[in-house]
Amino acid sequence: MTPPSPGPAIRTVDLRKTYSSPRGDVHAVRGVDLEVAPGEFFGLLGPNGAGKSTTIGMLTTLVVPTGGTAEVCGFDVVRRPVEVKRRIGMVSQNNTLDNDLSAFENLEFRGRYFGLSARDARRRADQLLEMFNLTDRRKGKPLEMSGGQAKRLMICRALVHRPEVLFLDEPTAGLDPQTRVNLWEVLRGLQREGQTILLTTHYMEEAEALCDRVAVVDHGEVLAEGTVAGLTETAGADTVITVVYDGPVPDTVRTLRDRDGVGKVEVNGEQVRVFAHSPDGLLGELVAAGSAAGVGVTDASQLRPSLETVFLTLTGREYRE
Amino acid sequence: MSAVSPTDTAALAAPPARPTLARTFWAMMAREVRVMRKNFVSTFTRVIAQPLLFVFVFAYVLPKIGTGGAMFAQQGSGPTFSTILVPGMVASSIVMQGIMAAIFPLMMELTWQRSITDRALAPVPVPLLGVQKIIAAATQAFVAGLLVFPAVLFIHAEGQGPSVHIDDWPLFLLMMVTGSLLSGAGGLLLGTLIDPQKSQVLFTIVLLPMTMLGCVYYPWAAMDGIRWLQIATLANPMVYLSEGLRAALTPQVEHMPFWAYGSVLVLGTAVVIWWATRTFTKRVLT
Repeated sequence: MTPPSPGPAIRTVDLRKTYSSPRGDVHAVRGVDLEVAPGEFFGLLGPNGAGKSTTIGMLTTLVVPTGGTAEVCGFDVVRRPVEVKRRIGMVSQNNTLDNDLSAFENLEFRGRYFGLSARDARRRADQLLEMFNLTDRRKGKPLEMSGGQAKRLMICRALVHRPEVLFLDEPTAGLDPQTRVNLWEVLRGLQREGQTILLTTHYMEEAEALCDRVAVVDHGEVLAEGTVAGLTETAGADTVITVVYDGPVPDTVRTLRDRDGVGKVEVNGEQVRVFAHSPDGLLGELVAAGSAAGVGVTDASQLRPSLETVFLTLTGREYRE
Repeated sequence: MSAVSPTDTAALAAPPARPTLARTFWAMMAREVRVMRKNFVSTFTRVIAQPLLFVFVFAYVLPKIGTGGAMFAQQGSGPTFSTILVPGMVASSIVMQGIMAAIFPLMMELTWQRSITDRALAPVPVPLLGVQKIIAAATQAFVAGLLVFPAVLFIHAEGQGPSVHIDDWPLFLLMMVTGSLLSGAGGLLLGTLIDPQKSQVLFTIVLLPMTMLGCVYYPWAAMDGIRWLQIATLANPMVYLSEGLRAALTPQVEHMPFWAYGSVLVLGTAVVIWWATRTFTKRVLT
């Protein structure tokens, strides 16, 4: 298509979206700054309702921002939507395939919408169907396909015109684990070929498995941004140990916060959460402290540094998927 | 699934794409043609059933049993009822089919999975996508209007044949084209203003009164005995199309002057297209 534009593939500055409703305004996205380099695999990670889909909607021109700016391949999404649309492919969360057309025709017409000749479009459609193992579904209607097949067809559709940036909104939500892992392979393959990808997900392990860089979002804001390794080293450096007792948390537990290697100790009713750099033996001590005070342990967990502990550290809330 | 990693082949290698607004627009029209071809039987049946049945009852059954609409025909040398009916049936077909052709797809595209996204991401401005939908619906309406002619010209009781002759081709084409565009745009407007799930209401409170009171079965002038109704029906766009087609096809039957139906149809079409693309854009972009 066009040579890759210099500068970032995606840049947003204080991007905002507020939906007005009779019951008051809903601030879906409140001031998001992002920068994604060409060739990068970038993840927007956050729970449902964090504002990820709204953000991706604004970047793909289908949601109109109420504040800030967003550029894709150097083009403003509000002022130059057609230029943006020429350069992007989008795999949405819903099945948005054209149900009046067969699988093959979905790709054929997508190619023609993007300026391929009818012959080139048909050739490209067959090529992609074969590549994604969908040749036997060639004449099938999108509604008759399994979730995984429909998702693969949507990825094909998004790739027909060789987009500079590929957007995927929750690509593996609702897919069985095997299908999900296969889809990850497909996405890794695309990245190896230099495809710029922005993906949203509410699965921690998906972001960890795929993304070069991640922005953790919640309530429409970016809480932290960086490589997965970088984030776990800084914000989530701690292992998080959570113990739930069957009575009040023993006072002796609170003294742990003076210990070397322990970040903080949060007591909440019958639950205690200890953030520690060096967690060795801590879990045992917490259980022992309970027995000494005459309370039992009903639940205990130890999370190694990960995006989940990053989220916990940043928000104090359990990550809800 | 056992997906081959696209690395093995070249997922990113594709023939060069040169999208221009015109190419994208035509590709979208080509899609409509493909869909219409696939659904040929159901589309054709929908389009032809209404005029066929009306003509059968009004131009064949009723004159045969000697009642009803034959009132214009029975008075000596007056026009046969089928003559009155031809322009009205063409108008009614255009309006009904134009509106339905625009609304039916929207019911799928704007609700449920929002499959409109498929075309909203094509490299054209969203209002142009609205215009494309209007033109696609208008094309169906135009064809539906033309299909009325074989029906009304051949189905009638003995001596009840219509006397139809196109004297004024430019006027006829102007009426057919503006009527079709107005219906397509009206369908897009209604489909984007009304919650598609409530579209049943649309048929009972919009389409039915529009066709029943659209001067299909009688010329507008014939209503001068019911002055209030005659004036009330001026709010019905179909009246102008029926009257305009009457002027083009059966000038011997009384009809409105050109300045009346012509200005309403031409200006109305422009206004409704503009309005419908706005409401459509608002529904597609959130």
